[in-house]
Amino acid sequence: MFRNSDKMRYWALILPALAIMVTFYIFPVLGIWEIAFTEPTTGVGNFVQMAESSAVRTSFILTFRVAAITTLGCLILGYVVAYAISNFAGKLTPLMLALVILPFWVSVLIRSFSWIVLLGRSGLVNDTLRDTGLIDSPLRLMHNEFGVLVAMIHVMLPFAILPMLTNMRGISDAYVKAARGLGASEWTAFRQVYFPQTVPGVMSGALLVFVLSLGFYVTPALLGGGRVLMISEYITYQIQEFLNWGLGSALSVALLIATALVLLIAARFVNLRSALLERK
Amino acid sequence: MTTPILSVRNAVKRYGQVHALDHVDLDVADGEFLTLLGPSGSGKTTLLSAIAGFIRPDEGSIHLRDREITAAPPEQRDFGMVFQGYALFPTMTVRDNVAFPLKVRRRPAAEIAARVTECLALVQMEQYADRMPQQLSGGQQQRVALARALSFKPQVLLLDEPLSALDKKLRADLQWELKALHDQLGVTFIYVTHDQDEALSMSDRIVILRDGKIQQQGAPGELYNRPRTAFVADFLGKSNFIDVSVSSEADGVFHCQAKGAQFEVDAKGASASQVSRVALRPERLRLAEPGQEFLPATVKQVSYLGERCQVIVTHDQLGELLVSCPTWKTGINPRAGLPVSIGWDRDACVPLTND
Repeated sequence: MFRNSDKMRYWALILPALAIMVTFYIFPVLGIWEIAFTEPTTGVGNFVQMAESSAVRTSFILTFRVAAITTLGCLILGYVVAYAISNFAGKLTPLMLALVILPFWVSVLIRSFSWIVLLGRSGLVNDTLRDTGLIDSPLRLMHNEFGVLVAMIHVMLPFAILPMLTNMRGISDAYVKAARGLGASEWTAFRQVYFPQTVPGVMSGALLVFVLSLGFYVTPALLGGGRVLMISEYITYQIQEFLNWGLGSALSVALLIATALVLLIAARFVNLRSALLERK
Repeated sequence: MTTPILSVRNAVKRYGQVHALDHVDLDVADGEFLTLLGPSGSGKTTLLSAIAGFIRPDEGSIHLRDREITAAPPEQRDFGMVFQGYALFPTMTVRDNVAFPLKVRRRPAAEIAARVTECLALVQMEQYADRMPQQLSGGQQQRVALARALSFKPQVLLLDEPLSALDKKLRADLQWELKALHDQLGVTFIYVTHDQDEALSMSDRIVILRDGKIQQQGAPGELYNRPRTAFVADFLGKSNFIDVSVSSEADGVFHCQAKGAQFEVDAKGASASQVSRVALRPERLRLAEPGQEFLPATVKQVSYLGERCQVIVTHDQLGELLVSCPTWKTGINPRAGLPVSIGWDRDACVPLTND
């Protein structure tokens, strides 16, 4: 294993980050677990209440549905972008990559507000449609699931593109050439030879987007306008509006467990280590 | 030559200012083992890509028998292909890889199964049918790639440096096998390589390319023994070059003047006015005690290779010459600084044309 000095160096490098994580993350999370089981009274009361509440169930179902649709949308759009960049961008590749990463320079808050400017009752989209005479009264484009999905897909898209792109850039063009040289049409070569090789990238993109979407707060809160209550917003309500720390914490614990379950199930199908850690 | 199975007419491919193919004409006979040989950038891979359909020449045409295929997509050409690095599909088993060309041709399942077994047997890989390509060694992957390329019984097999990723010993073994396979199947092989040994050992005909042009073509022995230019003489095997002027010609023999030496050279069809250089294979030079041969020289360096011994000797005016002699009959024991004499037969020299 390690020689002694190597071991020392290893811990010296790891400790600062570990200390920060323990102090400001692990410790508070444990605190939330404690609150979930102790406020207002000790026991599993909060969880019983949660299980019996139809509002909580609705919110959970909504959260998983929004996360799933967001994931699907990001995968489809992202696959096309990643495919185009890795196969056709040529000299433009660095520019294209920069454009994919560029949104990270703008805060999620600002990006979400921009969608409000676009999708609002008298937002750019509705105004344009009305001015061209295509509609008489404004369409409801936000404060519903549609608006949340549009903005979520936009925000999450880079998280889907990047792992797929990394994966696709590692696939030599020799395979498709070989397939075509051996008699496969362009489409057959893509379907039978190229696509199966991109599945690991698709999986890691899907996992990343889905897990991030499950706990997403800002965008659903702004675009949903209180009508699309995903679980993280529901938690905020419990704590900020009703000062119901016990139920809020219990919901957080439930969300954490749900996310862990997703990862566990995914681990049966995807090699998580290679999907999330060792990207070539 | 009977009707060629494949013919390339006046093919031109430009990349910017560079001519990757510069008016290339090539006919390939049915059943031939043809090798395109050249250094990197010579256009050999471009020519194979044009034949395979991965690039389209800017000018010229390519015919497969009577059918023009210049613009046909690769999948409509029905060539078997073996790629540099094999390009076995990593998500398919060996069996599925070999079955792939048959599946895309929608052959019946029973025929596919039989043919896959047959092809894997051909390359002695039957017991690996259910492995994934990543689990095979380089040589085994190479065999699978070959089986895959042959599974649909193509008339022509294109091979793009198929052995370049293998180590030397394995490469030598596979050269024998490839040649045997070619003779057994009667399929036309078009083989691209930059390795002269591969080209010499397997080909019926070698086409040497340089800067997008065909430099010279012919059977291996013909090219080796009668290179027309210094480029060919140097690229195919090693050569010593001696600048000469032809002082007279009689009965197909040139009398040549070189710096500090004069000797006779068989004309071998060259015309005296064009010859200013001769090539001399190292193995055709003789090494002997001083005075026994006609040129005095001094040993500069000796390299022992087991079966052969390579000796660099220096001559006052001709400079350095490489001599390659069998170790078992050197006659003398060469070592640095030893005075020797060197000589050669009249037919050892090859007159070269300026290129």
